[in-house]
Amino acid sequence: MDLDFQVIIDNFTYFMIGRYPNGPLGGLGLTMYLAVVSCILSFFGGLILGLLSLSRYPVIRYPVNLFINTIRGLPLLMVIFWMYFLLPALMGKTVPESQTVIMGLTVFTSAYMSQIVRAGIMGVPKGQTEAAISTGLKGWQTMLYIILPQGMRNMIPSFVNQFVSLIKDTSLAFIVGVSELTHVGTQVNNRTMSYPTEIFIFIAAVYFVLCFAFTSFSRWLEQRLAWRKSI
Amino acid sequence: MIQFQNVHKWFKTLHVLNDVNLHVKQGEVVVVCGPSGSGKSTLIRTINKLEPINEGRLTVDGMDLLSKKTDLNRLRAEVGFVFQQFNLYPHLSVLSNITLAPIKIRNTPKKEAEEQAMQLLERVGLAMKRDAYPTQLSGGQQQRVAIARALAMKPRIMLFDEPTSALDPEMIGEVLAVMQDLAKSGMTMVVVTHEMGFAREVADRVVFMDHGVILEEAQPEEFFRNPQHDRAKQFLKQLLSPMH
Repeated sequence: MDLDFQVIIDNFTYFMIGRYPNGPLGGLGLTMYLAVVSCILSFFGGLILGLLSLSRYPVIRYPVNLFINTIRGLPLLMVIFWMYFLLPALMGKTVPESQTVIMGLTVFTSAYMSQIVRAGIMGVPKGQTEAAISTGLKGWQTMLYIILPQGMRNMIPSFVNQFVSLIKDTSLAFIVGVSELTHVGTQVNNRTMSYPTEIFIFIAAVYFVLCFAFTSFSRWLEQRLAWRKSI
Repeated sequence: MIQFQNVHKWFKTLHVLNDVNLHVKQGEVVVVCGPSGSGKSTLIRTINKLEPINEGRLTVDGMDLLSKKTDLNRLRAEVGFVFQQFNLYPHLSVLSNITLAPIKIRNTPKKEAEEQAMQLLERVGLAMKRDAYPTQLSGGQQQRVAIARALAMKPRIMLFDEPTSALDPEMIGEVLAVMQDLAKSGMTMVVVTHEMGFAREVADRVVFMDHGVILEEAQPEEFFRNPQHDRAKQFLKQLLSPMH
């Protein structure tokens, strides 16, 4: 089998940034934009949902857990469709597709992140909370200064897994016509017709490099944050 | 200073505190002892409401622990607590372990809090460890830092829940010395411990508990020489000669 990667070279800019700056951002640039924005939003979303799911008040805890479990029981594609049709109806105006995708990814990933946050918090020994409140720290201060910093360290590996999934999940934006990397790949493939192997090998390699770079960065971060293991 | 009146507490069906009456006066050092499962840890943990009581009346430094109006955080800031497992914050340096609460709760300026922390570290003999992390310290050193951390809030009462039980024998002395020094300074202290030497030398009163009931309350001399209750006699015998 002869592979001819000329098609990649000819369309390289298009793969990387779409029609930008003459048109909207696309390709890898858009994939990263979707991933980074959803990543930041779902970090906070997961943190908030995770904390609420541990609330001592059932009025808060039950609905939040219901929400989390509902989302976790749905395919991501379904959540993206929901947002695609629901969001414009709710807002009463059209919403750009990329924003509906970011919302879908954020809601979906936040639900998973909340479970990581929850496990991380519950993994901190009870004695830490007791010690902190015994000095007079309030509940939120104990959470902020004592529990979260320790829990966060346990959460990092799982966070990274989740974010790597998120990067790959951005490819589902393809379904609502957002021209991220996968979508651009199919476009070029449809236009040129005869190089599907080369194009999709290239697309796969780009995803791999992106995810691998992120995993490596996080490993470095983990070591930097490492303090000596306690009792 | 601390007053238990007909206090009861249950864990589900287990009656862990059964009609407890105890009055600890200002400046007094009270040692609580008894076999494991006797409710002594629960007793001391009710004083800063790490465990709530179910029935009776408990007042600490004028604050009613069953009243909804009592500011629990203020109460806990007035009452220092030292744990069997130290519970130092592993992600913070020794100095930050001590200064955290004064800075966040008393709004002490950082520099002042650090100066005070250094004085406390001098007092427990660990000034050179200010920048170390808890896991770099021995058990005895960790417990002394934990005492300094509790003292940093300038508490009016100090509670010790088996402070030497998790320590290697050669480290017990250094912790007891710090506690003895604290007792001499006039601190009101309640100490759950099996260290009968400490009880004899430092305590003003010894309280003996079993099955959630205070069976005996006496001056240490009296308690060791002439225990009244059979369970107390048996307990002391076992402590002094564990082989029999």
